[in-house]
Amino acid sequence: MKYIDEYRDKNLIRTLAEQIEKRVRRDYTFMEVCGGHTNAIHRFGIPSLLPKNIKLISGPGCPVCVTGKGFIDKAVACSKMKNTIITTFGDLIRIPGSGSSLDKERALGADIRIVLSGLEALEIARGNPEKKVVFLGIGFETTAPGTAVTIKQCEINRINNFYLLNAHKIMPPAMEAIIQDGVALNGFICPGHVAAITGSGMFSFIPAKYNLGCVVTGFEPVDLMMSILMLVNQVNRNLPKVEIQYNRAVTQNGNILAQRYMSDIFESCDTFWRGFGNIPGSGLKLRKEYEKYDAERFITQDIRNQEDDGLCICGDILRGLKVPSDCPLFSVNCVPDNPIGACMVSNEGACNSWFRYRSDE
Amino acid sequence: MCLSIPARIVSVNGSMAEVSAGGTIFTAGLHMIENAKPGDYILLHAGFAIQKISEEEAAETLKIIEEMNNSLEK
Repeated sequence: MKYIDEYRDKNLIRTLAEQIEKRVRRDYTFMEVCGGHTNAIHRFGIPSLLPKNIKLISGPGCPVCVTGKGFIDKAVACSKMKNTIITTFGDLIRIPGSGSSLDKERALGADIRIVLSGLEALEIARGNPEKKVVFLGIGFETTAPGTAVTIKQCEINRINNFYLLNAHKIMPPAMEAIIQDGVALNGFICPGHVAAITGSGMFSFIPAKYNLGCVVTGFEPVDLMMSILMLVNQVNRNLPKVEIQYNRAVTQNGNILAQRYMSDIFESCDTFWRGFGNIPGSGLKLRKEYEKYDAERFITQDIRNQEDDGLCICGDILRGLKVPSDCPLFSVNCVPDNPIGACMVSNEGACNSWFRYRSDE
Repeated sequence: MCLSIPARIVSVNGSMAEVSAGGTIFTAGLHMIENAKPGDYILLHAGFAIQKISEEEAAETLKIIEEMNNSLEK
């Protein structure tokens, strides 16, 4: 497939591995912030291609993993309302809330449908005018513009039975929280598809304020290896900056149309992240003129977010403080078929990726 | 969830397109990109084309790595 096969070329990967090997002269720790990168890194066996003194750690970039239990509890509450259809991306359905999950509610008879996009949810609303259709909006800057377009279309087409239960988030405040937490890092493998929307300029505060390099990276093995080489070079030269490896999709300024949709519909707010708690300015909420689409209006109970309890260490993994094999539940009690923590549910969760692709743990 | 896949636009109908990714046809909203036409490659994410893929930049990235083989720094 064009734009995939050539970025999986063995010879190019070998060249990059050799170049990295030649340049390594100390220990390096890089964090990949995006769950898509976590998955790709383990799927393609990237750690096995790197010298032992390059360590890759996962950050808080799996939207499903960082979504609080309170959001799931609210979605479950909506699913129990009469004449209501819940529409959701598939990843969310198995995440445990504090008492139930959407999967369990569906088995009990709730009308919960998996959709591939907000527009598909809108079509369901159009086809079921007698029902309320609640779309579960999660995801970072990559996904939020699609939700914004959906709300805009809802307004244009005067569909009055469509609602958004919203947990959209933005990346930079979480990256800053990681740095301020004191996680020892030498640079970030920055999320390529977030940056396709926002532009690479969004990360410029990281080298400027924290002296850490950032390379905006694609999702194929050649992309990842090239980006690691670029980060190694930045560290060796002590010249941290924002560079774009994923030039075929990312520019400095990003997708202005998408940004416009996002800022028309949403404004910044504080929001809860699993593992971090509340992070100021890290969420997106509907602007006042679009509050009529907010499904929060249906939530009558006082539902709050709680951290994971017991032995699960998802929170520490999302903050880059621990790795999946540090968890006593990992691959013993907590497996993809019977996940205890959110990081084992999603394909992009660190625990799920480690479980599926790493045989050395 | 931020996963996006490269897809080729097959046909355009107003603000919607049919796109092909690995032989599978998907529907994609074109609301966020301008002047999309059949044959263009886009990144498909959650039902939307979020960016056009630059053929020149894609080739340039590969060229840089190929040149490392010949570079003096090797």
